[in-house]
Amino acid sequence: MSQPISLQDLSETDRQPLVHLENEDLMPLPDPLGSPAEDHAWTPLSAQCVERFECALDDTCAVNVPRPKTPEQEKELVARFLSGLDKLFDKENNWTFLQPLLLTMEHCTGCQTCAKSCHIFEASGFNELYRPTYRSEVLRRLYFRYVKHGGLLSAWQHGSIHLNWPLVARLIELSYRCNLCRRCAQSCPIGCDNGLVAHELRKLFSQEMGIAPREIHEQGSMLQLKAGSSTGMTTEIVKDNVAFIDEDISERTGIEVRTPWDVKGADVLLIHNAGEIMAWPENPGAFALILTLAGVNWTMSSELAGYDSINYGLWYDDAQMARMALKHVEAARKLGVKQIVVGECGHAHKALCVTADRLLTGDLNIPRTSWLPLVRDIVFSGKIKFDPSRNDFPVTLHDPCNMVRLMGVVEPQREIVRALCPQFREMEPHGVENYCCGGGSGFAIMSGNNFPDWRFHVAGRKKMEQVLQAFADCIGPETPKYLCAPCSNCKGQLRDMLAYYDLWEKNRILYGGLVELIVNAMTEVKPGFIEWEWR
Amino acid sequence: MIIAVYLSMYAGLLLFVGGCIWRIREYARLPFHLRWELYPVPHEEPSRAKHGGSYFESGDWWLSSQTMHSRGDWMAMFREIFLLRGLWEFNRSLWLPSFLFHFGLYLAIAALGCGLLAGSAGAAFAGGALAPLAILLGAVCRWTGMAGAGLVLLGAALLLEERLANPALRNYTKIGDIFNLIFFLAAFILLGTGFFVQTAPVDAVFRGALRFDRSLHVAPVAGMGVVLASALAAYIPFTHMSHFIAKYFTWHSVRWDDRRNARDGALESEVAASLRKRPTWAAAHIGADGQRSWAEIAAINPAEEVRK
Repeated sequence: MSQPISLQDLSETDRQPLVHLENEDLMPLPDPLGSPAEDHAWTPLSAQCVERFECALDDTCAVNVPRPKTPEQEKELVARFLSGLDKLFDKENNWTFLQPLLLTMEHCTGCQTCAKSCHIFEASGFNELYRPTYRSEVLRRLYFRYVKHGGLLSAWQHGSIHLNWPLVARLIELSYRCNLCRRCAQSCPIGCDNGLVAHELRKLFSQEMGIAPREIHEQGSMLQLKAGSSTGMTTEIVKDNVAFIDEDISERTGIEVRTPWDVKGADVLLIHNAGEIMAWPENPGAFALILTLAGVNWTMSSELAGYDSINYGLWYDDAQMARMALKHVEAARKLGVKQIVVGECGHAHKALCVTADRLLTGDLNIPRTSWLPLVRDIVFSGKIKFDPSRNDFPVTLHDPCNMVRLMGVVEPQREIVRALCPQFREMEPHGVENYCCGGGSGFAIMSGNNFPDWRFHVAGRKKMEQVLQAFADCIGPETPKYLCAPCSNCKGQLRDMLAYYDLWEKNRILYGGLVELIVNAMTEVKPGFIEWEWR
Repeated sequence: MIIAVYLSMYAGLLLFVGGCIWRIREYARLPFHLRWELYPVPHEEPSRAKHGGSYFESGDWWLSSQTMHSRGDWMAMFREIFLLRGLWEFNRSLWLPSFLFHFGLYLAIAALGCGLLAGSAGAAFAGGALAPLAILLGAVCRWTGMAGAGLVLLGAALLLEERLANPALRNYTKIGDIFNLIFFLAAFILLGTGFFVQTAPVDAVFRGALRFDRSLHVAPVAGMGVVLASALAAYIPFTHMSHFIAKYFTWHSVRWDDRRNARDGALESEVAASLRKRPTWAAAHIGADGQRSWAEIAAINPAEEVRK
C-alpha cells in the first residue's frame, strides 16, 4: 500500500512513482475472482522504458513522453505547457469548451461527491492519486496562479502548487487515468466536470505540445486521415473484406446478403467502426442482413474515412475531432443520402451526433443518428419474424457511456433485449448511471508497456464486478452467458478482460454486440448464428 | 455606530449586486461551445426524461421541431435548490450540514426581504393603513431571521467540522475555505446575539436605513453583526461561493443544453461565427498560424501534408 500522497507530491523531482498498487489494495471482486492472491501479478515496467520515458506517476506508462536530457529542455517544455495553459482559457483558441472549463475551475467546493461516483477511484482501493479532484485541483491551482496571475491572496483562497517539469510530466500521464465517462460530473452538485478537466489537459498536451499516446494519434486519427481507417484498411481492402463477410453471412444464415456501396440518394449511410469489420465480422454482417430483410434503402461509403466511424479526436484533440467529423459528413454529402446512421460504436455516436453538432453548417448539416432507433423500429415492425426461445440464455446489457449518459439513447436497446432475450437481466446500476467498461477514452486500444495491467486491474474492475453480479445465479460453466456490449471499444475492453480472467474458459461468459442477438432470434435464419466460440 | 451600520448595508448591497452582475456577465459572454450535455435532461419528453432518454431515441427526430418541457427543468431546479437533491442522492453524509446551512441562508434572505418590505411599509406609511402590515412583516422578519441564523450557524459548524475532520475533504480544503465558514459563523453569531440584547428591531433598522435615520440606537453587538454580514455579502460574489450563479450556467448552458443545430436554424449562425475564430495552437499537426480560421484548420488533412 502506498503512502498517502498530497498535491505537492506531483512536483517531486526524484522520478519515483508516486503510488504503487498491490492486488490486495484494490476493490474486492466477487467470486470467482474474489481472491487477490490468485489474481494476476502486475508486469513491471521494463528498465528501458523507465530509462527513456517519463514514468514517475504510478505502476504504468501510457503516453511514453521522452525524458528531457537537460534542465534547459525541461524549462522549454514547462514554457510550452504554460503557453498551452493560457490558450486553454482563451476565447479564440478554446471556444469549444471554455465555458464549462471555466465554471469547473472557479466553482468546485471540494465536497468530494464526485469521488463517490468514480469507478477508477473506487476500484483502486480509493487511492488518492485517482481521486477525480486530484487532477482537477492541480489544474485549478495552476489556472489561478498562471492564467489569473494570482498572488498571495489567491494562493490563500485557492491554494498553491509548485510548477516544474516533473509536475507537467506526471500530469500528462494522469490525464490518461480517466475514462472520460463523466459519471463524476453527473453527480456534482455544482455541475463541475472532472472528466472535462482530463479532456482539456489532453488537448493542451496534444494541440500545443504535440504529445498524445501513439495508439490514438499516430496509429489512430492520423492513420485514419491518411488511409481512411485506423485499422489501416484502404477502400479496396475494406470492400474486399465486406464482400467476404457478405458471402460468409449468406452461407451461415441461408439468406443472400450483399452490402451496397456508394448508392447515390440512399436513405441511410451506415458507418461502422471499421474495427468490427476486422475483428467481429459477424457484426457488420448482421447489420447487412437486418437492413436487407427490412427493405431499407441503405449504403456504405468508400470515401476516405467514410467507412470507419471512429473519431479518436473526441478524446484528446478538437482539431482532429472536427476533421474526422467533416470527413464523415462529406462522404454523406457526396452521396446525397438522407441521414447518417452510426453503427455499434459509442464514441462515434457522441462525436458525430452530439459534439460535432455545433461544427456543421449548411449542406454539411446532415441528420446524424444512432442505429438503435432504426433497428428497434425494424424489430417491432413485423417485417421480420423472431423466435425469442433461440436466445434463451442469460443475457446482460452493458451501457456504453457515450450512447447513454452522454447522448441519452437508453431504452431502444432495452426494448429489443426485453423482447428477444427471455433471460435478460440488468446490471446495477444501469442506464444513465452505468459504469464505464474501463476501455473508454482510448484505453481499450492502448496496450503499450504494461498499461493493460492497469486497465484490467483498475479501470475495468467495477464493470467486471457488475458482470459477475449480473450472472451470479448462473456463474458456473454449465450455463453459457452473453454479455451484450453494443459498442466496439467496450467490446474490445470486455474481450480483453474476459480473456485476462479466463472467464470464457472457466465460466462461459461470452461477449458480443446486439445485432448478433437479433439475427440469432430470426426465424428465417438457420439456428445458431451465435456460435458460442471465443473470438 | 448607526452610520457605520447604514453605510455597510449600502456598500454590502451594492457590492453584492455589482459583483453578481459582473460574474453573470463574465459567464454569459463566454463563447458558444460544443455540445456537452449529460443525461438525464429534465426538459425532455416526460416519458423519456424519467429514464434519462433523449430525442435521439426516436427515429427521424429531425423531421419535427425540438420541444422543451420547461416544467421538468423547473421541478429539477426546485429539488436541487431547496432540497439539495444532488447531495441527497450522491453524498448523503454531507447532505444534512449542507441542507441546514443553505436552508438557513434561504430563511435569512427571506428575513431580509421581509425586513426591507416592513421597513418600506413602515417608512412610507408610518401610523397609516399599512402600519399593521409593517408590524406583521417585522415580526416575520425577526423570527425567520432567527431561525435562519440558527440553521446557518448549525450548518456552518457541521461543515467546518466535516472539512477539518474528514481527511477526504481536509486535503482539498484551503485556508480560504476555513475563513469563509468562520466568516459566516462570526456574522451570524453576532446577528443572533443582537436579537437578544436591548436594541432596535431589525425592521426598524431597515426603516432607518431607508430614511438614513441617525437617531436610531443599535447595540454594538447587533451593529457589528450587520457590518460583518454586509461585508460577507460583498465578498461572496468574488469567491467560489457564488456557485448559485455558476450553477445556472453549468445546468442550463452545459448539462441540459441539448439544443439542436437545425439546418438554417438560429444556432447555425453562432456556429459559423465560432468557426471564424483564429487559434494559435502550436503543435505542428494543428496547422494554426493565427491567420487560418477554425474552419480552415478543420479542413486541413495533416496526414496528407505529411505524405507530401
